[in-house]
Amino acid sequence: MATLSLSGIRKSFGQTEVLHGIELDVADGEMIVVVGASGCGKSTLLRIVAGLETPTSGTVRIDGRDVTKLEPADRDIAMVFQNYALYPHMSVFENMAYGLRIRGLPMVEIRKRVAEAAEMLEIGPLLERKPRQLSGGQRQRVAMGRAIVREPKLFLFDEPLSNLDAKLRVQMRAEIRRLQKRLGVTSLFVTHDQVEAMTLGDRLVVMHKGRAAQVASPMEVWGVPADTYVAGFIGSPAMNFLSATLVQGGGGAQLKAGPALPFADGPRPGEDGTKLVIGIRPEHVQHLPDGAGALPLAVDLVEPLGSETVIHGRLPGEEVLVARLPLAAGAIGEVLPVGLPPASWHVFSAEGARLPARATAPA
Amino acid sequence: MRKKVIFKGVALPYLLLLPQLIITGIFFFWPAGQAIYGSFLREDAFGLSREFVGFENFADILADPNYLNAVSNTVIFSSAVAFSALGVALFLAVQADKAIRGADFYKTMLIWPYAIAPAIAAVLWLFLFHPQIGLFGRFLNGIGIPWDYKLNGGQAMLMVIIAAAWKQVSYNFIFFLAGLQSIPRSVLEAAAIDGARPARRFWTVIFPLLAPTSFFLLVVNLVYAFFDTFGTIHALTRGGPGQSTTTLIYKVYVDGVENLNFGASAAQSVILMALVIALTAIQFRFIERKVHY
Repeated sequence: MATLSLSGIRKSFGQTEVLHGIELDVADGEMIVVVGASGCGKSTLLRIVAGLETPTSGTVRIDGRDVTKLEPADRDIAMVFQNYALYPHMSVFENMAYGLRIRGLPMVEIRKRVAEAAEMLEIGPLLERKPRQLSGGQRQRVAMGRAIVREPKLFLFDEPLSNLDAKLRVQMRAEIRRLQKRLGVTSLFVTHDQVEAMTLGDRLVVMHKGRAAQVASPMEVWGVPADTYVAGFIGSPAMNFLSATLVQGGGGAQLKAGPALPFADGPRPGEDGTKLVIGIRPEHVQHLPDGAGALPLAVDLVEPLGSETVIHGRLPGEEVLVARLPLAAGAIGEVLPVGLPPASWHVFSAEGARLPARATAPA
Repeated sequence: MRKKVIFKGVALPYLLLLPQLIITGIFFFWPAGQAIYGSFLREDAFGLSREFVGFENFADILADPNYLNAVSNTVIFSSAVAFSALGVALFLAVQADKAIRGADFYKTMLIWPYAIAPAIAAVLWLFLFHPQIGLFGRFLNGIGIPWDYKLNGGQAMLMVIIAAAWKQVSYNFIFFLAGLQSIPRSVLEAAAIDGARPARRFWTVIFPLLAPTSFFLLVVNLVYAFFDTFGTIHALTRGGPGQSTTTLIYKVYVDGVENLNFGASAAQSVILMALVIALTAIQFRFIERKVHY
């Protein structure tokens, strides 16, 4: 049970700065997922929390105590590694007991804790085996067990599911979430998989080029992305971005692909003619068979998913658009009438930052 | 992925193997056969006649206190060489694995001694330990420790052990370094997070994972100390003073080449042959088992 607080974490490797000042406060029992493309610094951030890397500047606090200079051993944390990092020469039991033995727990207590964790993870019958005799999923469970028995203040997960096959990954994902809720241990989970991030986290930290682009709940990240990077990273298929300019005294946008439409939620600051980026998720694109107010989408790829169909095409002005429509609509070469309802728009500046509607309309 | 090439008939494969078979036959099997044959014979003092004496040569050498002395010398010498060469090499490899700046230079320097001929290495140590002209020898005598490996058997043994072990450190170092580098970093990080301090990490994680390498090297080092140290001993002490640094391999030379007692020398060779076959068998068995993870 603990809180975690990061302030001003910077990290440079030689001349290259990979983390540019990360701020994060994690509440007791919260599960935070750090998500981002490879090379965004998310693993480095986790390793700094673990004590495996020293930040160039900034402080790490666990339960209010500054641990920035402490060895990993003194931080009371447990970590699950991507490649499991089990001790190859020890049995499953010894793997799980290793940390407890170092802490000098009595053997009775060690046996009890290992037995409990093994039961929770359904690896009881495997305790005498060596890691090489286990499947990937079983190794994953042992790695989890080794973390659980320690009863640490903090769980750290470094892409623990990425070496598992797709089916097992979904199963383990649910299991990790259930365990974390049940044990109530504050957790930091690093992944590059946005579905994993959405389903596991109480809150997400979306990392981009060494910065936290957005820290918010999954639904907020999905519904109100802070910039075009976050908007494009979360959601599948990715959000469409259309070029536009501000018109009607800030009250609407002139799409490059066609009509000028008023914003649904109020005017944006700025002069008419300012360049904008309008984002719209594929699932919000509408099929308008009757054609009123519709844009012509020249279909060039159709991906049927069963209940839905993903349609790739081009709008006038060579604007690429992906639509996810709830029926088997469209065929390659066809021109589909689609609507882009302003209520589903995400308005960004040309630089990519979200442009919220003006709070109060001018008098 | 083993590709099997099919030959028509047996003539071509045998022809292709012939050069190797001839070399093996002439330089390995024929002398070995001669040694076994010779070990059952005894020559008269003038080398004019030989007679078959069965296992008498073996019985004689096994009852010979000089031979038993050579056995005990060999045990002391070989185990000391193997363990000190392994210990020093492991220590250096662990340090080299840590070093970041100048690591390549450090590694290159440590590998060099392996390229030095045994006799040259021995002379090098001679210059260091000679009681009158040697750096260490003079120093030891200077601070009141009487040092003369030509008079003191224990000191002579210590010197040949150091010289022989020094040569082998490089070889062990390379294997230990490779072994250390094959241990996944994340396993050590997991141990660190589990609360293990560096010393504990070494003894509970690194050392057990190096066990296969260590065992392989132990056998190689013993074979080296048994059979490949003739040059070192010959250049440094010639088995003396007295017989205090005469090992089994050195005694084969002394009895056969200097004392011209071919029967005894051949019998000793046969015993050594049996020993090296046993050690090689152990090593082969072990290598087939490979590492345990």
